[in-house]
Amino acid sequence: MRLHRRGFLASYRATMMTLRSLGIILLALVLSACQRETQVQKANREKILLVGNSSEPKALDLQLVTSVVESKVITSLFEGLVADHPLSDTEMSPGVAERWEHNEDYTRWVFHLRQDAKWSDGEPLTAHDFSFAYNRMLHPDFPAPYVEMLYFLKNAEDFNKGKIKDFADVGVKVIDDYTLELTMKEPVPYLPGVTRHFTWFPIPKHVVLSYGKMTAPFTPWTEVGHHVGNGAFALKSWQLNDHLEVSKNPFYWDAANVKLNGIRFLPVENAYTETRAFLAGQLHTTYRLPTDMVSKVMETQPQFVKQEAYIGSQFLRTNVTRPGLDNVKVRMALSLAIDGKSICNTLLSGYEPATSYTPNLGDYRPEPVITFDPKKAQQLLAEAGYPGGKGFPRYSILIASGGTRAVSEAVQAMWKENLGIILEIRSMDFASYIDAQHKLDFDISLAGWSGDYLDPTTFLLMWTKDNGNNNTGWHSAEYERLLSEAAHCADPAQRLRTFEKAEKLFMDERPILPFAWQARNYLHHPSVKGWHPLLLDNHPWSAISLEETN
Amino acid sequence: MIRKLVYRIVQGFIVMIVLFTITFFLCRALPGGPYVSEKALPPHIKELMMERDGYNKPVHIQYYLRLKNLLQGDTGLSSRLSGRPVSDVIAQAFPVSVHLGVISMLLALAVGLPAGVISAWKKNTGVDFTVMAFAMVGLCLPSFVIGPILAEWLGREWRLFPAMGWSASDPITWILPMTTLGMVYAAYLARLTRTGMLEVLSQDFVRTARAKGVTTQRILIKHCLRGGLIPSAAYIGPAFAGIISGSLVIESVFQVPGLGRHFVKAIETNDVNVIMGIVLLYGGLVVLGNIASDFLILWLNPRARSQS
Repeated sequence: MRLHRRGFLASYRATMMTLRSLGIILLALVLSACQRETQVQKANREKILLVGNSSEPKALDLQLVTSVVESKVITSLFEGLVADHPLSDTEMSPGVAERWEHNEDYTRWVFHLRQDAKWSDGEPLTAHDFSFAYNRMLHPDFPAPYVEMLYFLKNAEDFNKGKIKDFADVGVKVIDDYTLELTMKEPVPYLPGVTRHFTWFPIPKHVVLSYGKMTAPFTPWTEVGHHVGNGAFALKSWQLNDHLEVSKNPFYWDAANVKLNGIRFLPVENAYTETRAFLAGQLHTTYRLPTDMVSKVMETQPQFVKQEAYIGSQFLRTNVTRPGLDNVKVRMALSLAIDGKSICNTLLSGYEPATSYTPNLGDYRPEPVITFDPKKAQQLLAEAGYPGGKGFPRYSILIASGGTRAVSEAVQAMWKENLGIILEIRSMDFASYIDAQHKLDFDISLAGWSGDYLDPTTFLLMWTKDNGNNNTGWHSAEYERLLSEAAHCADPAQRLRTFEKAEKLFMDERPILPFAWQARNYLHHPSVKGWHPLLLDNHPWSAISLEETN
Repeated sequence: MIRKLVYRIVQGFIVMIVLFTITFFLCRALPGGPYVSEKALPPHIKELMMERDGYNKPVHIQYYLRLKNLLQGDTGLSSRLSGRPVSDVIAQAFPVSVHLGVISMLLALAVGLPAGVISAWKKNTGVDFTVMAFAMVGLCLPSFVIGPILAEWLGREWRLFPAMGWSASDPITWILPMTTLGMVYAAYLARLTRTGMLEVLSQDFVRTARAKGVTTQRILIKHCLRGGLIPSAAYIGPAFAGIISGSLVIESVFQVPGLGRHFVKAIETNDVNVIMGIVLLYGGLVVLGNIASDFLILWLNPRARSQS
C-alpha cells in the first residue's frame, strides 16, 4: 500500500517524539537511581532489619507450628525462660527467668521469673502463663504438631495421650506468681538449652481465653491488632507473601537495650530472587545462598558471603526391609563407596564431610567411623554375594524434586564406579517423597536432619522402633537400651559417653549412610552488628544493631 | 441476546460444578495428604487434625459437605496457613493479581494493537519486518527468561527499579513485573491485529475509500480498525483470565504477593480448600472471560449478530 506523504511524515514525527520522550524518561530514571538511597540504607537510618525468611509462616500461634521459618518470627515476638546468647550456643542468658536451679540428678528444676516481665499489652507475665501454655499444648484436644518437645516433663506424654486426666499430675507446678517448678521424667541436664526452643515459650492466658476456650486452635488472638507476646518486638503488620513486620515492644523488660526499631521478614521463596534483591540493596540478610551461586558471589562480593556450620546432617536412608539392603555388609559397602569430601568440595559448598552421623555438639564427640574406602567396599560387597556388583538388585535413589538431584547423581556415579552397581534416580514432589518414606515404599532415599537443641537426643531418638521419623525399617533392642540407660544417667559426662556408644552401634549397623554435616550459606550485610556464627542459627534479635552506611 | 446470555450463564454454572467435582477427586488422589511434614506428626495428633477437618469421613460425605458449604459461601480454612479462611487468603492476594493483570493487559494493548496496525499498514516493509521480528522474539522468550534478565539488569545492575517487591501505592514497583507479563501478550496481540487488519485492508470498500481520496489515517481508524480487531477481541477475554491466573512465574521472580504463589504452594502441600477456592475462582474468570469475549465479538461484528 502506498502512503500519503503527509501521513508518513506525521507518523515519523510522532515516532521520533515518542522515542525522545522515552529517552528522557530513561535518563531521568538513571539519574534518580544514582541519587536514590537503597532500601538497606533507608532501613539502616530507620533501624529496621530486612530479613529474607524463605516462606510464609504457617501461623503465629507458637503451639501450632514446627519449622525454622516460624521460629525466626516467633523468637522476635516471644521469649522463653532462658534466652539465646548472641555469641555462644552453649551460653545460657536469662530470659523471663532471672535464675534457675536443679536438684542433684537434674530431674527437678526451679525457675525464678523476673517481676518486671510483661506482655506487650502491659499485663504482668507470671508463672501461670507458662503453666497455661504447657497445659494447652499438652491437652489431648489440642492438635499441637510439636507436642513431643514437651515430653521431657513428667507424665506429659500420658496426659497428652489421654491416659492421665488431670494436668496437676504433669510435672508443672506454679509455686507462686514468679516461681515455676518443672519435674522431668528422667534427668535432663540440658533443660535450660531446651527451654530456648519456642515450644517452651509462654502464651498470654488472659488474651487466649478472651478469644475462646483454651483448646480452640484457630481463634483470632494471633492476628494483627490482637496479637500479644512477651518478646523484644510486637506484631505490626502482616500481608501474605509480601511481608511480616514487627516493631519494638516498649513493655519488654529489657527494652532499653533493644537497638532495632523493627524487623521486616520477607517470605522470598525463590532463592535467586532473594540473592538478586540482596545484591540490589533490598535485604540485610538472606535465608540462603543457592550453592551454585556461592562461588560467583564469592568472586565478586566476598564481603557479603557467610558460610557457617549448622546443626544438621545429610545422609542416605536405606530401606533395610529390601533384599540386599537387609545385609549390613551391603549397607557398609555402599557407605564406604561414597566420597563425602568430594561431594562437599564440588556440590555442597561450606558443608563438612561427615565422620559420624551427629555433628560435633560441644562435649559430645561420636567416634569418627565414616571413611571413603572403595577397596574395602568392593570386598564387603563381594562377601555379601555381589562380587563386582553382579546380581545386585536394580534399586533407585528417591529424592524430593528440587535442589538435591546433583548430589544423588554424584552418589549414583560413585556407586557405579566404585562398586559396579547401577541405581536409578526417582524424583517426587515433597509430599509424595515424605509419604513414600513413611510407607517404606522406597529403596534408598536422600535425606537430612537438623537438630532443635544442642544435645545428641535431638539426633538419636528418632531411630527407635515405630518412631515416625525413622523410616528405615531398622531398629535395635540394644540401641534402645543404651538410649534408655543414657536417659536415666544423672552424670552429664557419663550420659554423653553412653550416647556415643549408642551412636557407634547405630553406625556399625549403618541403616543410614551419612556423608556431610550441614552448613548455612547466606548473604549478610556488613551494616548489621551483633550477629555472630551460631550452630543453632538462633540470633537473638534484641542484640542486633544497624550501622548507618553511605 | 438475553436468551443467549442466560444460556451461556447456565452453561457456565454447569462447567463450574464439573470443575469442582474433578478438582475435588483429583485432590483426593494426590499422595501425601495435607498433614505431611518433614518431621513426622505424632499419630494421635494427626488423627485429631483429620477429625477436626473432616478428613476421616467417607469421601462422598466429604464431597457433599464441601459442596454444600461452598454453595453457602463458606470456602473453608487453609490447612497450610493454619486456620486462615480461604476467603481471607483470596481477598488478600486476588486484588494484587488483578492489579498486575490489568496494568499488564493495558500495556499489552497499548503496545500490541498499534504495533499490529502499523505492521499491517506497512506490510512487507522494513517496519513490518522489524515489528514482527520483535513480536516473534516476545512470543518465543518465556517470562521465566525475560523476568530474571530484566531484574538482573534493570534491578540489580542499574538499580532503576526494585529487583523484587510490590506495592500497590508505588508505581515504580509495577514496571518490571508488568513489562515481563505484558510483553508476551503484546507480541501475540500484534500478530493477531496484523492478520485481522490485513484481511480488512484487502477488501473492496477500502479500495473505494482510497479512490475517493480518504486519508490513510481515516481509512485505518474509521473504516478498518473495528473489523481488524475481531481476532484480537476473541483473544482478549480468555487472555485476560489467563493473565490474572497465569502470573505465577512473575510473582515468584519479582516477589509479587498474588494468587499464583498460593496456588502452587497449596498444590505442593495438598491444601485442598485453597486449591478448590483458587481453581473455582480461575474457572469462574475463564467462563466470564469467554462470555464477555463472545459478546464483544457480537458487538464488533454485525454478521455474527445477525447469525445469532
